[in-house]
Amino acid sequence: MAVSKVVMPKLSEQMETGKIIKWLKNEGDRIQSGDILAEVETDKADVEMEAFGSGVLRKILVPAGSTAPVGTLIGVIAEPADDIAAVVSQAGGGAPEAAAAPAAPAPAAAPAGAGATEMASRPAAVPPQPRREDPAARTPAPAAAPTAPARPVAPALAPVQPVAAPSDGGGRIKASPLARKIAAQSGVDLRLVQGSGPGGRVVRRDVEAASAGGARPAVAMPAAAAGAEFEDRPLSQMRALIAKRMPLSKAPVPHFYVSSEVAMDRAWTLREQLNALEGQPKISVNDFVIRACAVALLDHPGVNASFQGESIRVFHRAHIGIAVALEEGLITPVLRDAHAKSLAQIAVEARDLAERARARKLRAQEMTGATFSISNLGMFDVTEFSAIINPPEGAILAVGAVRKVPVVGEDGVGVGRRMMLTISCDHRAMDGAMGARFLQDVKRLLEEPLRLLI
Amino acid sequence: MAVMTYREALNLALREEMKRDDRVFVIGEEVGLYEGAYKVTQGLLKEFGPRRIVDTPIAESGFTGVGIGAAMVGLRPVVEMMTFNFALLALDQIVNSAAKMNYMSGGQYHVPIVIRGPGGPAHQLAAQHSQSMEVYFYHVPGLKVVRPSTPADAKGLLKAAIRDDNPVIFIESETLYNIKGEVPEDPEFVIPLGQAAVRREGADVTVIAYMGMMYRAMEAAEELAKDGISVEIVDPRTLQPLDAATILASVRKTHRAVVVEAGAGFAGMGSELSAVITEQAFDDLDAPVERVTGVPAPMPYARNLERAKTPSKERIIEAVRRVTYANGNRSH
Repeated sequence: MAVSKVVMPKLSEQMETGKIIKWLKNEGDRIQSGDILAEVETDKADVEMEAFGSGVLRKILVPAGSTAPVGTLIGVIAEPADDIAAVVSQAGGGAPEAAAAPAAPAPAAAPAGAGATEMASRPAAVPPQPRREDPAARTPAPAAAPTAPARPVAPALAPVQPVAAPSDGGGRIKASPLARKIAAQSGVDLRLVQGSGPGGRVVRRDVEAASAGGARPAVAMPAAAAGAEFEDRPLSQMRALIAKRMPLSKAPVPHFYVSSEVAMDRAWTLREQLNALEGQPKISVNDFVIRACAVALLDHPGVNASFQGESIRVFHRAHIGIAVALEEGLITPVLRDAHAKSLAQIAVEARDLAERARARKLRAQEMTGATFSISNLGMFDVTEFSAIINPPEGAILAVGAVRKVPVVGEDGVGVGRRMMLTISCDHRAMDGAMGARFLQDVKRLLEEPLRLLI
Repeated sequence: MAVMTYREALNLALREEMKRDDRVFVIGEEVGLYEGAYKVTQGLLKEFGPRRIVDTPIAESGFTGVGIGAAMVGLRPVVEMMTFNFALLALDQIVNSAAKMNYMSGGQYHVPIVIRGPGGPAHQLAAQHSQSMEVYFYHVPGLKVVRPSTPADAKGLLKAAIRDDNPVIFIESETLYNIKGEVPEDPEFVIPLGQAAVRREGADVTVIAYMGMMYRAMEAAEELAKDGISVEIVDPRTLQPLDAATILASVRKTHRAVVVEAGAGFAGMGSELSAVITEQAFDDLDAPVERVTGVPAPMPYARNLERAKTPSKERIIEAVRRVTYANGNRSH
């Protein structure tokens, strides 16, 4: 059983230290992955800190009221039988060797993704969004959820690192103490970094390069020999995180799916007319879908909702996450207050977000705080698919291609444009009929698209 | 501010303190009539008379003992070693009496003595007169050790040493007596012991050096700047007590450290600084701390061998390149 280190998370780009407001678990408490361990006060907001590892909270090293630098070991989660003396004694030391780390890859880090073809997740499950509209919030956090790092590197979720058992053996990674610290904070897996120092030592610039541009494959990786049956490619940071996050959604969140076919003829015509207007931004089919969802979400707050364990949080504003495919994964920038924006505004903002997502130039607050997400694979000529929900959101809409299909009309068979929508819903927060009614409204808005203009 | 030499700054400090406090007196070889082997006490005999500027025989252990006894009964002696290498003859007095008297008397006696004079390598002074003597003293609990690199520090730190109630070892340098610099004329200008100075701000590496080595590090920094390597130079000024906070803050900023010392490296100041940095800033280090030290050999008389023994600008540059992982002309 692995021992998990709980370290002070880096919750914003500027954050250097964090103060433990209070521990919500005591030493000796049993911890499930995902439990809220403590509340942390950062320079910007109070944030709940979630556990990744499961076991018993064996040791609290930084008591409530105390401040610790980012990356400091603040607690240890392990099974009662595990020996944690070594981990505790190296408190304040460098990150552990991960040479043969057990299950999980690097600590929470890169923007969380969803499955290969589905929605990316927001980098963090916990931080600011929950408190944003809570009048009792300790800190009046700005509307734009502030706490999350700027680069697509966001270890807000549970900065718990798996510690390789001492007996695991494997090659020791040579890295400078600073490189280890930065790697632990930014979620870079040192195993994947090629060191440029003497004897292959990983130094700061190597970690920073890996963190900025994805890890360079380690030299040690055997190149695929000609004719080899397979090759093992190292996980990119993003892929590692997607692999870690997605089971955390799919397994505990009971998904159900509702599909509907939408007649897109009028929307298609309207779009052509709008795009023919001089001086107006080009509007995509997806922009229509975003607008339709945003409008419908206000009428269906039960779908614009998040399951909170003891309660269901219903949002009064529609912040839409838009999945953007990247080379090594995907990312979900958030279009805020989409319900209050015109089609043209949505078109401009969505394009800007997507372009900057591909350039890895998103700001922290643009990657967190979605209340609902949309994933569109229409450009790949996908007819329909279903997506994995991106917790803590309650639903996600999967959008297929607009296809020309034979349609039976009153005078015979004609050609129509049709599009499949499939919504995935968290059954803990909503039921099939709620999802169906929401989808019905989205369908109506798209089939009578003038409604989207008013 | 006035521009003056390091020698004049020391002279001014002595004069001001002797005027301020009539318990202060100077004792040593050739300090009076000859006005000091290096002219640090120039004019003092004429101004303060033979009761306060005391010439002695060649007897370091004896006149150091006289100074310690005088300090114990309330005077504030400044003992001059013609060169600090001669303090070896007074080592028992300094280590066993000056350093320990306060402790062994249960606090009944203070020993407010300053023992000063030049030390370290100079120009062809050979094996017996070129030693970095600070290493013999900063190891001893009860002694404070000062190495002032600039004229302003020479004045401000000597005044602090004279005003200190404990024994202070104050080691100057033959090579620095003629350097000039701005020196505050305010008679109350005092630099507290235990405060390091950042001599040059930089981002990539912290070089810790004092006395002549500090100036050599400055030259290295100028050259490294051309390759885009930004060097911060910290001068500890006081070796005991050591201003670890300033040094650590700099290392936490630059993430690399090079320590330069003129003496042979084994168990030297570089070893101590390296240990402090590694213990307290381990997670901030991007490279091992490097030491650039003198060769472990007696100082040769020959000019070329003297140069070879002492840390050079080139060796400092090489060390900086190693810790910044900047090989050849490639910038980090």
